[in-house]
Amino acid sequence: MTTPFRLMAATTLFWISQVAWAQVDALQLRSWAAACANCHGTLGIAQPGMESLAGVPKDDLQKKMMDFKAGRKPATLMHQISKGYTDEQIEQLAGYFAALKK
Amino acid sequence: MKRRQLIQTAAYGTALGAAGLSAGCASTGLQSGPKVVVVGGGYGGATAAKYVRMWSDQQINVTLVEPNAAFVSCPISNLVLGGSKTMADITTPYDNLSKRHGVTVVRDMVTSIDPDKRTVRLAGGGELPYDRLILSPGVDFMMEGLPGMAKAGAQDQVLHAWKAGPQTLALRRQLEAMPDGGVYALTIPLAPYRCPPGPYERACQVAHYFSKAKPRSKVLVLDANDDVTSKGPLFKKAWAERYKGIVEYRPKHVLTDVDAAASTLKFEFNDDIKANVLNVVPPMRAGDIAVKTGLATANRRWCEIDFLTHESKAAKNIHVIGDSIQVAPAMPKSGHMANQHGKTCAAAVVALLTGKQPNTLPIYNNTCYSFVSDEDVVHVASVHRYDAAQKTMLTVPGSGGVSSAANELEGRYAMAWARNIWADTLA
Repeated sequence: MTTPFRLMAATTLFWISQVAWAQVDALQLRSWAAACANCHGTLGIAQPGMESLAGVPKDDLQKKMMDFKAGRKPATLMHQISKGYTDEQIEQLAGYFAALKK
Repeated sequence: MKRRQLIQTAAYGTALGAAGLSAGCASTGLQSGPKVVVVGGGYGGATAAKYVRMWSDQQINVTLVEPNAAFVSCPISNLVLGGSKTMADITTPYDNLSKRHGVTVVRDMVTSIDPDKRTVRLAGGGELPYDRLILSPGVDFMMEGLPGMAKAGAQDQVLHAWKAGPQTLALRRQLEAMPDGGVYALTIPLAPYRCPPGPYERACQVAHYFSKAKPRSKVLVLDANDDVTSKGPLFKKAWAERYKGIVEYRPKHVLTDVDAAASTLKFEFNDDIKANVLNVVPPMRAGDIAVKTGLATANRRWCEIDFLTHESKAAKNIHVIGDSIQVAPAMPKSGHMANQHGKTCAAAVVALLTGKQPNTLPIYNNTCYSFVSDEDVVHVASVHRYDAAQKTMLTVPGSGGVSSAANELEGRYAMAWARNIWADTLA
């Protein structure tokens, strides 16, 4: 009787902590991404003259940012901005924008 | 008088009524929902108001108090002086904040704040209660250091045009009325001030206008600083090559007084200078309401804050964003930065009001474009990341930089930046 209960309680606790973690990460990522909105639009949907980021495949965005960062892709200022982010942050941001509605 | 008051009261009543209605549609029991009041509808305040609504799924009531009928952008306003843009180009209504996001926009001024009662008092009468207050009052000018500016009519004649609006157009009219062969003198205060490259861009824009319309005229830049404070080599190149014989730059000119009647500037160590058009950008500090509330704890000029939440170090439940804050190292007082503060603060306020932990690692960027002509632009960019040990925002080593040369492509990006940040702030 007690073992399944304990197991259930432990599982529930684990599940709650996972949710809490995921939530904190999601909110942090949302804030990081919002810093791109000044040029690339709220929720990644840009006004004319700038590229939208919403719904762009993750791999494409990640590669583009990594190419800017490495100086492989010509840019006016994205080579300077991209260097402000770690490779991991770039991957997370690319995933975030890929999941947004176009 | 009575009639006007009645109209104001009626308009205010309608605003509150409309808010109550839209709130009722969004969810039930909104009367008991948290209340956020935002003071000031510039790049910081308007952004914060929009994002608190968005990120709380419309569950937090937001009232934005702003005296102006519409948002007028300081960025791009120098192009109105240069003649390639109009006031209409830099003006955006507040409608979308209320229509799309359910922000209650109240056209009024906050005259006082009671941090214990958590209320703000309005010039038009009445009080607004808040759970958290977001102050984005921009800058006000330290005119007390320039006694001549207190004389009758002096401030109508000698303009700052450092808050985009009626003064922008009035200064353009003064430039248009100036005879060819005249001198336009621009004074720049010691840093920090709103928009570090702004005065140098203005010198370029006025010179651009003179080069087309009155080529014998001069732009005299009188800078209190030891050197150009932003994008120095790029501006100096523009003055030497594009505006040779028009722009003259003189550093280390600390303005001490203005004689408006004699159209003369007085300096700490230098000779008086008389010019046809005087444009004085005065020293500035946090907006009056922040100073009056006792929040300007840094040199009695700027408001110290916690960079994770933007909460004031002097008062609980009051957050300060935009030009009013005591900045972090290498953080400019800019519209772009105020928009970033607005979002950082909005996320923290939503978290605090819903029992969550605010983001422990803010990262955001600044991008600033300056027009050296009607088409060619130079930029400065930076990325700022929270440093937990120093409890401030620091630029990320190796990131950021400036344009290699003025170019037309960035002129197009600059206008795209403007469209996007106006939409991110107001739409």
